[in-house]
Amino acid sequence: MSAPVLFDVPGPKARARARIGTAIGALVVAGIIAFVLVRLGRNGQLDPQRWAVLFDPNSGVPQALGEALLATLRVAVVGMVLATVAGLLLAVGRLSDRAWIRAVSSTYIEFFRAIPLLVVIFALYFVLPSFGVELSAFTALTGGLVLYNSAVFAEIFRAGILSVDRGQREAAFGLGMRKSQVMTLVLLPQAIRRMLPVLIAQLVVLLKDTSLGFIIGYFELLRQARSLVEFFTPTFGNQYTFQIYVAAGLMYIIVNLLLSWLARYAERWSRRNKKAAATAEVELPADLQMGGGGGVLPPK
Amino acid sequence: MPFLIDNFALFRDAFLTTLSLSLLAGLLAFVLGTVLAALRVSPVAPLRGLATFYVEVFRNTPLTVVFFFMIFGLPQIDFVVGFFTGAVLSVGLYTAAFVCEAVRSGINAVSPGQAEAARAIGLTFGQSLREVVLPQAFRTVVPPLGNVWIAMVKNTSIAAGFSVSELSSLLPRLVNANAGDLLFVLLGVVVGYMVITLPSAYAVHSLERRVAILR
Repeated sequence: MSAPVLFDVPGPKARARARIGTAIGALVVAGIIAFVLVRLGRNGQLDPQRWAVLFDPNSGVPQALGEALLATLRVAVVGMVLATVAGLLLAVGRLSDRAWIRAVSSTYIEFFRAIPLLVVIFALYFVLPSFGVELSAFTALTGGLVLYNSAVFAEIFRAGILSVDRGQREAAFGLGMRKSQVMTLVLLPQAIRRMLPVLIAQLVVLLKDTSLGFIIGYFELLRQARSLVEFFTPTFGNQYTFQIYVAAGLMYIIVNLLLSWLARYAERWSRRNKKAAATAEVELPADLQMGGGGGVLPPK
Repeated sequence: MPFLIDNFALFRDAFLTTLSLSLLAGLLAFVLGTVLAALRVSPVAPLRGLATFYVEVFRNTPLTVVFFFMIFGLPQIDFVVGFFTGAVLSVGLYTAAFVCEAVRSGINAVSPGQAEAARAIGLTFGQSLREVVLPQAFRTVVPPLGNVWIAMVKNTSIAAGFSVSELSSLLPRLVNANAGDLLFVLLGVVVGYMVITLPSAYAVHSLERRVAILR
């Protein structure tokens, strides 16, 4: 249902009311922004010299934040690649003809979607060492992300494979293809094309979840910002604290926005593209977009 | 096992913290999210823009970053919120964006004929939304909203990184226990979350069956 059904095309009176509403809304928003700016200004946070530190190579701040961005992306890229591969295997496993493979795959998927992602990471980082397996913060973070995201990717791939028209499968078998050929040559290519927008949307979620590294002390953007501030405090006090925090946060948001736009572009592409033939709108459910483990309802 | 019994008080307090954090943040997210969803379909274009902007920003911000600004950023403009209040605000404001998305998809699922009929009998925008569209939308969004709630309960675990002693924070706190005991702590934490999420899931299912409308 498109929005305009809910109201008439506004006439002069309604337009006047809308203008008043807009003015009041704008005033409230402007008020909030002005209040924050005044507060910032009174504390001298808007001083250009304070912001200059972010772009001054001599301070070491740009390099440190750049490194942290790379550290964040490293986790995300390694996690994405491993989770995609594992997700493909799990999806195929869940659709296998052998009952025990199906059982193993579904147990894995259900298990890792049922507990918070942070608990998985904590288990790798805090519990495994007491059994003699020491993992670095990088490995624990990436491992947790892969374990959880492979379960989500598996569900996405499975939905994609099941959405391919039944005739495709039957025709492939009719041509005398083997089970593995039907899967790899006929079903998967169509499924992946069709689910591409959802896959990229889940990559945004994965990238968001790399920020959990902050909690176990992996030097991603936020942890790096904290350590920079702690490094500056003895000499400069709180002078650059706010600026560094804002920079780290903005970097996260900008990278995510870029990836989100890519997802939207892919969605438009797949709707135009005849091979992908995504008839129904494919969208990642809101709870999965939240990250941190998503929500699962047990099957009816 | 005796370790768990010795530390029962610790587990109980942690569980209650997670529960109250979830309930308060859930209430905030539900109310704000519904208002945002109404704004997103409103006739006033700037209000639509405002709601879209809110959702777009929070959807692309990691919850950890929201927490980070609430706890470390706000004091820089002379706002100091407590750790627990900060956690409620962070989780609530973040989740509101996703509640809005879920409710909006529900509004979009209501057939246009319903809204047209509501308009045809002379209901205003507010009335048709309140009396006709939203009641139906909430029925179709019971499962997605339930999932958002469960995801939110899991997301409260991030508060562990910001000095709130909720369930997950028990793992780093009790990390010096011996291996077997630590495994039980992990089990206790997992069970603690399931005590909230599983009954919620069943409640959502029975609610869904009760309010479902056939289309």
